[in-house]
Amino acid sequence: MLTNKRLILAHFWLAFIVFAVALVLGAWQMFVRSPLNAWHFNPELYYRSVTAHGSAMGYVFPTLIAMGFGYAITEASLEKPLVGRRWAWVGFLLVAVGAVVAMVPVSLGLASVLYTFYPPMIGNPFYYIGVVMVVVGSWIWVALTSINFTIWKRDNPGKPVPLPMFANVAGSYLWGWTAVGAALEILLQILPVALGFKSTIDAGLARVFFSWTLHAIVYFWLMPTYIAYYTIFPRAIGGRLYSDAMARISFILFVVVAMPIGVHHLFADPQVGAGFKFMHSAFTGLVALPTLLTVFTICASAEIASRLRGGRGAFGWITALPWSNPIMLATALSLVMLGFGGAGGLINMSYQLDASVHNTQWITGHFHLIFGGAIVIMYFAIAYDLWPHLTGRALESFGLMRAQLWLWFIGMIVTTFPWHYVGILGMPRRMAFYDYANPAISPQAFSVVVSAIGGFILLVSGILFMLVLIRGQFGTRGEAGAYRFSVPLHMPARIPVALNSFGLWLALMIGLTVVNYGFPIAQLMVLNETSVPAVYVGASR
Amino acid sequence: MSDQPLVSLRNPWFVAGVGITVGIAAFSAVVGLIWLPLAQPDLKLSGIWDAICSAAGVPRATVQDASIKPEFRTSNVVMTSEMLTKPDQVSIGRGATLSQRCAICHGPQGVSDANSPNLAGQFAAVTYKELNDFKAGARVSVVMSPFAAAISDQDMKDVAAYYAYLPRVPSNNLNAGLPAPAIVVTGAPMRNIPPCGSCHGDIDNKAGSPWLGGQSAVYIKAQLQSLASGARRNDISQQMRNVARQMTPEEIDQAARYYAAQP
Ligand code: HEC
Ligand code: HEC
Ligand code: HEM
Ligand SMILES: [Cu+2]
Repeated sequence: MLTNKRLILAHFWLAFIVFAVALVLGAWQMFVRSPLNAWHFNPELYYRSVTAHGSAMGYVFPTLIAMGFGYAITEASLEKPLVGRRWAWVGFLLVAVGAVVAMVPVSLGLASVLYTFYPPMIGNPFYYIGVVMVVVGSWIWVALTSINFTIWKRDNPGKPVPLPMFANVAGSYLWGWTAVGAALEILLQILPVALGFKSTIDAGLARVFFSWTLHAIVYFWLMPTYIAYYTIFPRAIGGRLYSDAMARISFILFVVVAMPIGVHHLFADPQVGAGFKFMHSAFTGLVALPTLLTVFTICASAEIASRLRGGRGAFGWITALPWSNPIMLATALSLVMLGFGGAGGLINMSYQLDASVHNTQWITGHFHLIFGGAIVIMYFAIAYDLWPHLTGRALESFGLMRAQLWLWFIGMIVTTFPWHYVGILGMPRRMAFYDYANPAISPQAFSVVVSAIGGFILLVSGILFMLVLIRGQFGTRGEAGAYRFSVPLHMPARIPVALNSFGLWLALMIGLTVVNYGFPIAQLMVLNETSVPAVYVGASR
Repeated sequence: MSDQPLVSLRNPWFVAGVGITVGIAAFSAVVGLIWLPLAQPDLKLSGIWDAICSAAGVPRATVQDASIKPEFRTSNVVMTSEMLTKPDQVSIGRGATLSQRCAICHGPQGVSDANSPNLAGQFAAVTYKELNDFKAGARVSVVMSPFAAAISDQDMKDVAAYYAYLPRVPSNNLNAGLPAPAIVVTGAPMRNIPPCGSCHGDIDNKAGSPWLGGQSAVYIKAQLQSLASGARRNDISQQMRNVARQMTPEEIDQAARYYAAQP
């Protein structure tokens, strides 16, 4: 039962418009720094563009998807209208206005600091204020999700919370807590300098705060995708979810261990002790567990669907899956990209191997594969699945959808494989210009060209995607029926209290944060002489 | 749903959740903060508390005095690329007189017939540094060390200036057409060996790297071997030992023969 369709649709539309603009910037970036471009541009424009692309793709786009999809889940799975509808609109407006406030200084070249802020570089204060507005807007969503969850539990004592809602709450809590790191960095450290109250900044401490956000934000991006795996995919292919408990355990594991591991982004940084780097590595190893559980459960669910359709044989059942169904296709392609991306992630998380890929194009290749590929392709699937329920009109262009998904997959592979490779050759990331005539760099030229071509394939896929959605707004009217999620194979009438509530897991999440981050942060705050002069970006030269 | 309270020792989820989390945290803390640091002898830790502080990243002010002194002497010469590059005539003249004492071995014109190193045309900074190292005991030679033991700093500068002033005398077995071996031209990147010429001249000359052309092959070979074995360790920051250790005996031979035939 979706009552606030406008609200949800507004989130999705804004998300995809931001995505489309940022996608064009991405393709342009790919092109200008490749040998295809004959070098006729101001490199400053590149950093402007990367800041805009990174902030839009990293902050605004996934946040809006998580919020919009989250509201849809709240209403559809709890089967009652959202409590706090006005507040939800306030949150939406904050995100929308924040995005504009942040992007104005960036487009003017006053805040080309890249989306990771990179202190001691300091840009125009409005860039940071805009980002904070986006985060505060999303916190309203966190609060509303929690409130709706609590009210439902009070009204339905003893009943298990529906899995989609349970996962949605897990994602929102994770985000609520993990965003605190970057918020502290901006409010306590960057803004005072950007506003002119201070002229020095502790860049090391700022990086530690950012790492607090940086790993778990990835899992926040991932949440809608995993929720779609568990609660949309089995239903869409006519099957059942293999295990409800397994799903809950996966989401719980994300809440507990996705956050206190961020120092693995600081392996090359001197301000964190080696012992803490080791502790974060140990927990990083653990975070692969929920993903492995998920892959297992989803494959098992697919097998169930196939056998229900008459699939047989040890592997023969794979051919009996409904491959023409866009959700089936998207999920399969997503899992393939998740597999490659995960393998790359294992390399990043090992201290020694990371040293050779740190800050190279390998890293950008890696996160594009996993985020732009595995995760975003499921955002497309979610939109395809929800759209008829939001617009009241059928999506009819199935052929176009399949072509779009295939193009996204092919484009992503063509873009990211060579991207990883040039990283191994040592090509640094975040640079506007490479002299491919230099004999030391020329061997990378071919791969960079291939990768840029992949970027254009992605652009084409993005255009097709927008086309499908726009056509959906003008399709034939038809009642899509109530929006449903998948049903587990066995739905136990009673589930353990621990799998139906978050108190214990939030306590562990916060406790682990204190154990893993408490000392490094406290020490850097106490130490004198760890601050460096700020470097103002976009100031008059 | 179960009526069991969440926080209770009879709730297996609670016990397992908290137990596993605390267990992993404690285990990784012990390994990361105690065991791994203590397993690294280079850290020179004085005990468990020291290990924890070091691994936690506490700046350690005490390191200086508890300092890690090698059991051998190291060079105390501070090398700069400007060092002794502007000789004056008085210094060269004094050096000429002082060098009489050295002539029996290093030759009256700074060119030896007895496999002692040639000094004629050697960079003044190199001669000065090596003499200093012999005097300080950072480089040891039963034959040479006694002659450096009593020499004053000014005298060292003067002989160095004199030998730098002398022309390099082409060696007896000069053969400039000899093809340069790979180890000299390209080094061995996979073993971290840069081309010899990137320090010793031809490509670039780095401060303190001796001129090798015309030096006796026996001498070059002996020096490379003792640098590789660690018998000679006066090179600052192991610049040359790191190279020599990675060289194969054949490469040492080739390099020695090649440089001996160069001007
Ligand atoms: C009895 C012979 C003898 C006398 C006399 C002698 N040397 Fe040497 N010198 C040597 C030998 C042999 C070596 C090589 C030492 C080694 O194998 O490490 C050497 C090495 C050197 C080196 C290092 C050269 C290089 O390229 O690393 C310098 C500089 C040097 N002598 C200067 C002098 C000076 C100056 C005097 C006079 C004050 C002097 N020597 C007197 C035998 C002598
Ligand atoms: C990173 C720079 C560097 C490279 C590369 C290098 N050397 Fe050296 N080498 C030095 C320096 C510096 C010394 C002087 C060490 C000292 O302070 O006594 C030296 C000393 C030597 C000596 C002793 C000479 C003497 O008269 O005492 C020999 C022989 C030598 N190098 C051979 C080689 C050969 C052969 C190669 C190539 C395989 C090579 N070096 C590459 C820096 C270098
Ligand atoms: C849809 C998914 C995408 C997401 C979520 C995404 C996200 C990001 C993010 C977060 C950054 C980091 C910015 C930084 O390093 O500061 C980035 C950089 C970049 N992106 Fe994307 N991106 C996506 C698609 C694309 C596409 C399709 C292209 C190419 C056509 C592209 C090209 C680039 C380039 C060239 C950079 C800069 C890399 C560097 O110089 O370090 N991106 N992207
Ligand atoms: Cu991470």
